[in-house]
Amino acid sequence: MNDKTLVVEDLKTHFFMRSGVVRAVDGVSFEVKPGEVLGLVGESGCGKTVTGFSILGLVDPPGRVVGGRIVLEGVDLRKLPESELRKVRGKSVAMVFQDPMMTLNPVLRIDTQMVEAVRAHQDVVNGKAFRLAKEALQRVGIASPEERLRSYPHQFSGGMRQRVAIAIAMLNRPRLIIADEPTTALDVTIQAQILYEAQKLCRESGTALIWITHDLSVVAGLADRICVMYAGRIVESGAVDEVLDAPLHPYTQGLIGSVPSRNRRGAPLAQIPGMMPAPTDLPPGCAFRARCPRAADACTRQPELSEYKSRLVRCFHPL
Amino acid sequence: MVFIIRRILQSLMVVLVMSLVVFVGVHVVGDPVHILISDEMTQEEIERFIRQLGLDRPLHEQYLHFLANAARGDLGSSFVHGEPALKLILERMPATLELAFAAFLLAVVVGIPLGMYAGLKPESPASRAIMAGSILGFSLPTFWVGLMLIMVFAVMLGWLPSTGRGEFMTWDGLRHLALPAINLALFKMALVTRLARAGTREVALQDYVKFARAKGLSPTRVVLVHVLKNILVPVVTVLGLELGGLIAFSVVTETVFAWPGMGKLLIDSIQRLDRPVIVAYLVITVLMFVVINLVVDLMYAALDPRVRLREMKA
Amino acid sequence: MSARVEALPVLQKPETPFRRLASEFFASRVATGAFAALMTIVVMAIFAPLLAPQNPYDLAAVTVLDARLAPGERGSAGFLMWLGADGAGRDMWSAILYGLRISLGVGVASGIIALAIGTALGLAAAYKGGWLDALIMRIVDLQLSFPAILVALILVAILGRGADKVLIALVLVQWAYYARTVRGSALVERRKEYVEAAQCLALPSSRIVFRHLLPNCLAPMIVVGTLQTAHAISLEATLSFLGVGLPLTEPSLGLLIANGFEYMLSGRYWISFYPGLALLATIMSINLVGDRLRDVLNPRLER
Repeated sequence: MNDKTLVVEDLKTHFFMRSGVVRAVDGVSFEVKPGEVLGLVGESGCGKTVTGFSILGLVDPPGRVVGGRIVLEGVDLRKLPESELRKVRGKSVAMVFQDPMMTLNPVLRIDTQMVEAVRAHQDVVNGKAFRLAKEALQRVGIASPEERLRSYPHQFSGGMRQRVAIAIAMLNRPRLIIADEPTTALDVTIQAQILYEAQKLCRESGTALIWITHDLSVVAGLADRICVMYAGRIVESGAVDEVLDAPLHPYTQGLIGSVPSRNRRGAPLAQIPGMMPAPTDLPPGCAFRARCPRAADACTRQPELSEYKSRLVRCFHPL
Repeated sequence: MVFIIRRILQSLMVVLVMSLVVFVGVHVVGDPVHILISDEMTQEEIERFIRQLGLDRPLHEQYLHFLANAARGDLGSSFVHGEPALKLILERMPATLELAFAAFLLAVVVGIPLGMYAGLKPESPASRAIMAGSILGFSLPTFWVGLMLIMVFAVMLGWLPSTGRGEFMTWDGLRHLALPAINLALFKMALVTRLARAGTREVALQDYVKFARAKGLSPTRVVLVHVLKNILVPVVTVLGLELGGLIAFSVVTETVFAWPGMGKLLIDSIQRLDRPVIVAYLVITVLMFVVINLVVDLMYAALDPRVRLREMKA
Repeated sequence: MSARVEALPVLQKPETPFRRLASEFFASRVATGAFAALMTIVVMAIFAPLLAPQNPYDLAAVTVLDARLAPGERGSAGFLMWLGADGAGRDMWSAILYGLRISLGVGVASGIIALAIGTALGLAAAYKGGWLDALIMRIVDLQLSFPAILVALILVAILGRGADKVLIALVLVQWAYYARTVRGSALVERRKEYVEAAQCLALPSSRIVFRHLLPNCLAPMIVVGTLQTAHAISLEATLSFLGVGLPLTEPSLGLLIANGFEYMLSGRYWISFYPGLALLATIMSINLVGDRLRDVLNPRLER
């Protein structure tokens, strides 16, 4: 398995609430190769963010990873004790969060927050760490980095803050970066720039990238492969061109169809009827059954992931 | 810079208003003649005194006279001790400040860590015990706790002295300081613990804490640097104001432990109707409060960079 | 065509908000215990003359021969002084019961009056807005920036001794908390559009204030009320202990504790200890109840 950066097998993360058990992630499997960009796509609440946190062991109580394997370059992260896992975080695997406003500690300077990220994993003096931070900022395209380093987060714009977050992620040359909706809170133009730079960085350094988003258009231009998640499970995965041009799962098709640019001018926007079921209220059988135009009796049983022309799909009636 | 000047001006305003209140309180609400004149004078002496004090002049004249005198440091003389009231108060101030600061230190050094622990692990039995203790802490009447402390530690166990004050910063001084400081600190400790816990619970859920963990930082660093600095801001604000409360509340502790501070002087003066001293105490205390509030505001700006920027833009 | 009247389905009695709050409140064992303790204390205070074996302020019933009897000894009148006797021979248990009456009475009375005044001013400030709001809030802020004990001492120094003066001082110390809390809640409601609509319809202000603004403030008022009452009782005890509170003829628990001060060093702890326990029990149970009320009435997202 050493040629893959990350292999996730049957990951299950459940939340134990007073009202019941929420199966936020219920049997998710995927893999990422070095230098590859994997898009993890789905609506809000489908469990994609929790998947990202589960990989790094950052799921807070009442949630817990209850099953599966998370193998990073041959090492099962779930079997590691906390002290070892901490060495992985920020070094082999880095994460970029969604809201740049809240990701950086508002009362600490940028250089403090970057230097500590370096010194947590490399035994270097402050001066060297500071230089590394400066270089990292330059690499993400921030001008006059010395000045910026001495500033506080609230003195930056949203786009710049997110670049800083990406710079922090890149500081220790991770093998894998997990980006959780990093551009959702930003302007479209900034978004495009960051996407471009992210792609460039990955190609150049061979870092694998998992890009979590609900926005198909973002994924289309950026990812090599894509996994579509629904109600805690992956319902379709494959190469991005194949999936988007010829989707197999009705949900994927619905998602693609609902992108506004794909609709005809003047005609009402296509929608997937209904809403994703609440995680505490999952129906038996296929979770998409209530909203699927192709639902039939067979769908009262839970479909498994099946292979279909080098892609995977979880449906009894693929397109 | 402008920020500092503006705050100082605001503080001066408050001092002025409070002086007006004190003046009105003493000269208008109470019978000024009664309040400032000893009860033992003959009628003749009283009339002479009235004219001397200018109490037969119109009110606004009296107020200006009062302010002028106050600016010069003349707040009348004590009936009981015969000395200028201001001098008496200032002599006792160091003792009160020593007690108040010791209690403040205790409350912070014990309260913040306890509160942070309770905030980080809210369901643990230790946390529940801490929270129960905090409710006990602010329900206990301070004076009664003082009595019980004397009872247990001075009378029954004989470890610590029960009254009086020792030399500043000596072992003997610290022995005398111990019980009163603990007594005074208890209430505030409870408050600080609850505050720190509430703050920690809120901060611990923030994204930047999770991000700090995602960077692989040690939990110690996450707590001590990322969490602590963020809760300090609201906690410091309240604490600063509480310091003023400590100074005022030391009245009780000083009485129980016969600690020779301003508060004890005040109580004695109230009981002996030594009014100039009462006025002097009020003036000094109000001044202290205003200064403390000012310092807290400035510290707040120093701790939270966002405030600095906002004030600069304003 | 004759219409048939069908039997209406029997409606379930809807769960009133009060019932729901009550069940949430009593879900905590600690709060339930505190509430029970508080009720016991209140009952004991009200029925003190019936429960106390001796009226400690009836000079005929007290004899100095009983002075400083230890707990558990029998007094001259024959009954067991199970908490001992004080320096004048008064049975501690009886003294505590009567003292509770005063302490609770003064504390609660001052709380109610302060509540009335504070609520009135807070509502006025919220409703009228403008200069009245600014004025009232300035005064409130000014007063609240000084610690309660200082304000109380100033007032006592100015007003002099006496039960009524102490009451006035306690009221003046507390009203500001009520005013600020009520104004806050009333403002939230005031800003809602239906109030503007009601004003346009020229509904009398009193109706708007009492039927709409006031109910919204009830929850925080209750919470502040309980915690403030505990604070008032503690403050009154402190003032009495310092000798500037209630006069000797109406001894509250604070004064009892002060009386016992001089006996501490000779080891006769019970004269101060038991009144203190009674005071602690009262204050703590009120605080626990208030704490629970706060949790129940202000739903927080992180529970």
